[in-house]
Amino acid sequence: MSSSIPPDGEAISHFVSQTPFDPQGVEKLSPEQEKVYFASQLKLMWWKFRKHRAAVWSGIFLLLIYLSILISEFLAPYSLERRDVRAIYMPPQGIHLFHEGSFVGPFVYGYDFKLNMQTLKREYVPNTNDVQPLRFFCRGDSYRFWGMVESDLHLVCPAEDGYFYLLGTDRLGRDVLSRIIYGTRISLTIGLIGITVSFLLGISIGGMAGYYGGWIDHVVQRIIEVLQSLPSIPLWLALAAIMPVTWSPIVVYFGITIILGLIDWTGLARAVRSKLLSLREEEYVVAAELMGASPPRVIFRHLIPGFMSHLIASATITIPTMILGETALSFLGLGLRPPVTSWGVLLNEAQNINVVALYPWLILPVVPVILVILAFNFLGDGLRDAADPYHSA
Amino acid sequence: MLRYIFYRLLAAIPTLFLISALVFTIIELPPGDFFENYIAELQAQGETVDPRKIEYLKEEYGFDKPLIERYFTWVGGMLQGDFGYSFEYELPVSDVVGNRLWLTILVSTITIIFTWLIAFPIGIYSATHQYSWGDYGLTFLGLLGLATPNFLLALILLYFANVWFGTSIGHLMDAEYIDQPMSWAKFGSMAEHMVIPVIVIGTAGTAGMIRRLRANLLDELQKQYVVTARAKGVPPTRALVKYPLRMSLNFFIADIGSILPAVISGAEVVAIVLSLETTGPLLIRALQSQDMYLAGSFLMFLATLTVIGVLISDIALAILDPRIRLQGGRR
Repeated sequence: MSSSIPPDGEAISHFVSQTPFDPQGVEKLSPEQEKVYFASQLKLMWWKFRKHRAAVWSGIFLLLIYLSILISEFLAPYSLERRDVRAIYMPPQGIHLFHEGSFVGPFVYGYDFKLNMQTLKREYVPNTNDVQPLRFFCRGDSYRFWGMVESDLHLVCPAEDGYFYLLGTDRLGRDVLSRIIYGTRISLTIGLIGITVSFLLGISIGGMAGYYGGWIDHVVQRIIEVLQSLPSIPLWLALAAIMPVTWSPIVVYFGITIILGLIDWTGLARAVRSKLLSLREEEYVVAAELMGASPPRVIFRHLIPGFMSHLIASATITIPTMILGETALSFLGLGLRPPVTSWGVLLNEAQNINVVALYPWLILPVVPVILVILAFNFLGDGLRDAADPYHSA
Repeated sequence: MLRYIFYRLLAAIPTLFLISALVFTIIELPPGDFFENYIAELQAQGETVDPRKIEYLKEEYGFDKPLIERYFTWVGGMLQGDFGYSFEYELPVSDVVGNRLWLTILVSTITIIFTWLIAFPIGIYSATHQYSWGDYGLTFLGLLGLATPNFLLALILLYFANVWFGTSIGHLMDAEYIDQPMSWAKFGSMAEHMVIPVIVIGTAGTAGMIRRLRANLLDELQKQYVVTARAKGVPPTRALVKYPLRMSLNFFIADIGSILPAVISGAEVVAIVLSLETTGPLLIRALQSQDMYLAGSFLMFLATLTVIGVLISDIALAILDPRIRLQGGRR
């Protein structure tokens, strides 16, 4: 090939070799190697993620629980508003299979009710003669499925004229289990909507700061610094206190999610900004720029896919903060208000020490809170490791 | 060094200014003001209120003036140590806040020390025994602390402390010591009551700290100088303490900045549940009744506390690490 170097001071002419080039001609890859080297980014992530056992199980758990909010009405044995005056502060009923040595199938024992005249405490004693077999896929309280379709089908119902309170009842005789199931819908979606708000804010503001740099970057940095130095819960409290009492519970629900999102975006914005800054220096970006890619193309085609997985992973880790935030706000009575039912609203019932001492089953809504938050943490850890397939752990 | 401290102090001023503007916006946002609520409340109880008193108060505190002017009056007052007037308590804000601020600082400081004491050994253990049962168990315990809502943990621990040790419920000291001068008995009572809040507030921060310390130390342990040291036959403990630990200590100090807001947040909620004599319960009351100067001053105090905390951690970091000391001040 003749040298085409021009004399000094003249531009180099564009040169593309026409000879065919076989990239695999240099070294033949074995089928195993080929599988790894030609795997897509997603596939690499999936392989890495699969190794993280806890993360996989957490993912499945979260998937199931998110699916369950689609059919909360069907899963809950009772409707949300149902009150049973016969069963106020009734302790949880255990499920039994055998009655006096013979197999009956899943059933519960009824309770004998007595009012202790000294302490005025309601006392329930299991009555082992009162066998109440459970029914499955049965007709129970009627409800409007998703507020639209009238139905009364439930997964499990008590015996005719019986009752089934697996997790006990509260001060109005409402079934704690059903309320937890309904609360799941609100508590889990709050995290999702909140994270969407903070994601949008984080990407756009952080992206602006990272891309434009200069004074915009300075201002954004300062704002983030200020927001991060404010303790979040007092700030949430202050913002939640702003919402007028006259707002309907649904508007309050959206208000709360937006508040949670408004304060939370700073971490994401920081991540976006620093990632943008560091990725901008990468060779593949320089290569793209040299090949004449326009800035939007560089950003959306090359930069954003580069850190999207990181963002998703860190978002997963922030969802628990939102769920806990809502729980804390509602617990203090500044968050959601009944009739909207979330885990925080349920825990609001357990606000004083008497409840812990006398009716400990009322603090059971904390169990799903803990499980979901643990699951999100494990899932987030797994995703974060997986988002970086080339970094061997 | 002095130059660095000076620079950091200077940088904190605009931050505080922005915070004050934000806080003022927040307390101004709710529709209506304290007086409207107050009048409505009194009328609901069938009482009348002297309109002249309200008029006088409104004028005195400049409610008829434009927003910007009131903001500068507020900030200007704070710079001179005048934090405004609490309408609900009918006292100057500084009198209402009084000791509570110091108690908040006390609880937060002890919590941070507690967090360090717990997180430090566990973090080191987890990093040096990576993927062992101890590592998994301790990490899981930390996560559990993170996942349990503070307020509920506080309630449950409170109950058991009462049942098992007979600690009286709530507050920062036994009732008979409130408003008493400091004595050993009062100190003992306070220490006893401090245990639960500190544990509860500390758990959330501890988990995060263990995680970060572990990750940091693991990164450091994989570096070549550690391998070299090991290869030369430096005993494992010395190879750990001499450099890698020092390197991760750096971040340990820097971490104050990120855990302090969390500690103060946690402290507020726990204080409300346990009715501690810190700022929490008053803050929530002030927010609900739109006692704006009181609420605003509280938010401002808490934010200032964090800014100062971060400042201290930055300065400590500069003392510890010459690289920061020498680069700081000029960017």
